[in-house]
Amino acid sequence: MTERRDVVTSGEGATEGRPDVPTSRLSVRGDFPILERKVRGRRLAYLDSAATAQKPRVVIDALTEFYLQHNANVHRGVHLLGEEATIAFDEARETIRKFINASSAEEIVFTHGTTSGINLLAQGWAAIRLQPGDEVLLTVMEHHSNIVPWQLAAHRVGAQLKVVPVSPEGALDVEEYKKLLSPRTRIVAVSHVSNVLGTVAPVACIAKLAHEVGAIVVVDAAQSVPHMKVDVRELDCDFLVFSGHKLYGPMGVGVLYGKKALLDRLPPWQGGGGMIEKVTFEATTWAEPPSRFEAGTPPVAEAVALAAAVNYLQGIGMDRIRSHEDALLEIATEKVRTIPGLRLIGTAPGKTAVLSFVLDDIHPHDLGTILDASGVAVRAGHHCAQPLMRHFRIPATVRASLGIYSDEEDIDQLMTALLDARKRFLG
Amino acid sequence: MSDLDELYQSVILEHDRNPRNFRAIEGDRREAEGYNPLCGDRVKVMVKVENGVVTDASFQGSGCAISKASASLMTEAVRGKPVQEVEQMFEEFRASMTGGRADPSTSPGAGSQGGSLPAKLAVLGGVKRFPMRVKCATLAWHALHKALNEEL
Repeated sequence: MTERRDVVTSGEGATEGRPDVPTSRLSVRGDFPILERKVRGRRLAYLDSAATAQKPRVVIDALTEFYLQHNANVHRGVHLLGEEATIAFDEARETIRKFINASSAEEIVFTHGTTSGINLLAQGWAAIRLQPGDEVLLTVMEHHSNIVPWQLAAHRVGAQLKVVPVSPEGALDVEEYKKLLSPRTRIVAVSHVSNVLGTVAPVACIAKLAHEVGAIVVVDAAQSVPHMKVDVRELDCDFLVFSGHKLYGPMGVGVLYGKKALLDRLPPWQGGGGMIEKVTFEATTWAEPPSRFEAGTPPVAEAVALAAAVNYLQGIGMDRIRSHEDALLEIATEKVRTIPGLRLIGTAPGKTAVLSFVLDDIHPHDLGTILDASGVAVRAGHHCAQPLMRHFRIPATVRASLGIYSDEEDIDQLMTALLDARKRFLG
Repeated sequence: MSDLDELYQSVILEHDRNPRNFRAIEGDRREAEGYNPLCGDRVKVMVKVENGVVTDASFQGSGCAISKASASLMTEAVRGKPVQEVEQMFEEFRASMTGGRADPSTSPGAGSQGGSLPAKLAVLGGVKRFPMRVKCATLAWHALHKALNEEL
């Protein structure tokens, strides 16, 4: 690591560059109150951000502030609180629009998370477009949430799922993708970043090729938006979904982006209040997007707090976040590779800050428990990606995933704990 | 001894490395599979029952050290026991793991009052301080219970 990087001392933004500090990186741990907590008597090394990210104080404050000062339902009451809540909710939508560079706020639907976004699309789009014999193209590195909804939709109409493989390093096989694309391909649903491998899929290229055969592209961006700049117009994807809680925001809120012309054609997913224009017992006409897809009371406080998270991240800068995490990933990779018997799963070039590995034949769950005793929080298991585990012929992995607050001390703590586990099991 | 040392004590690690009765039972047998979709642990338990007595028990599959050691210890513990007693052991073992009355580390011995858990199972007593791992320890027992209760 010789490349110079800026030092940022808080979430407020950049300070000066320091050429004498070769591994200078972000230092925002202090913005996250939970990281002050001791776990099993140890400093908390939270390396499970891919499961859910910790929340900065500004997000917790936004959530609290909403409930202390502005709590009301949106688009309903004419009273002041209702007005404030509605304005805050609309502003949150605009913040998200800017964050992913959508053309208009109408293209931003608030959901309850990535899973509900994909289900909305799988049911809605499948209902109007999928015919028997049609094909939905997925990749082998998908999370169950980007497999099962499509499987349900495909089985209902007699359509087929096709699966794009990955190389032994975990890179998406684009040549194979080209071969699998056909005039029967209606939908290509792909993870922008694999939650297990960290592989970044070439979405812009995937979308271009898909559009040539008339297919639409759905991007699961749950693991990409926290780590890099995501521009929906640059990617030219048709739909893109992500969760708030992996983006340092609250649980229970997510985002579905869709091109306006496509959202207009999409039938509602769930019925209820807020998504209608006119209701009689005989028939109902739908509201325009995004309201059409937001039946019932939306997660207003969560959306407002998610916008606070986005503002916080943009205050730091997504490019700076990416370079911080890349630098730390490089250090971590070099270090864990010195442990005898450790095998990394997912080493594709340009991958994001996720380290999946197995250590000899120590079961990942035993490793997870031993790491936890040292205050190191990792995920152990199949990571909701059983087909990918089968692809690599392993039952499970340990996954250490980084976030903006991760630092070298976390990595050192991980190393010490891994060496302890190795000693315990292998003597 | 720390909680972790107690969880991964040498007997557990030894059973993980050299599991007993890690094989199939040929011929007339009952079997059931235990699967934990959360972690992917999979165990197949096989038993031979003759005249109401478990005359052989074995297991196959893959899992963590806790689930393997527990399955290994279980197959040793139930052999030669009447089915009824094995069922009681299952109940007591499960209760001991989930904070119920019986505790294998304090009420060992088939002869001790109200308990039919063999002293050897006491090595698993550390598991209950790791609630996320209790299912690992009880997986094989649930499979055994299922095997004993399946309709023949």
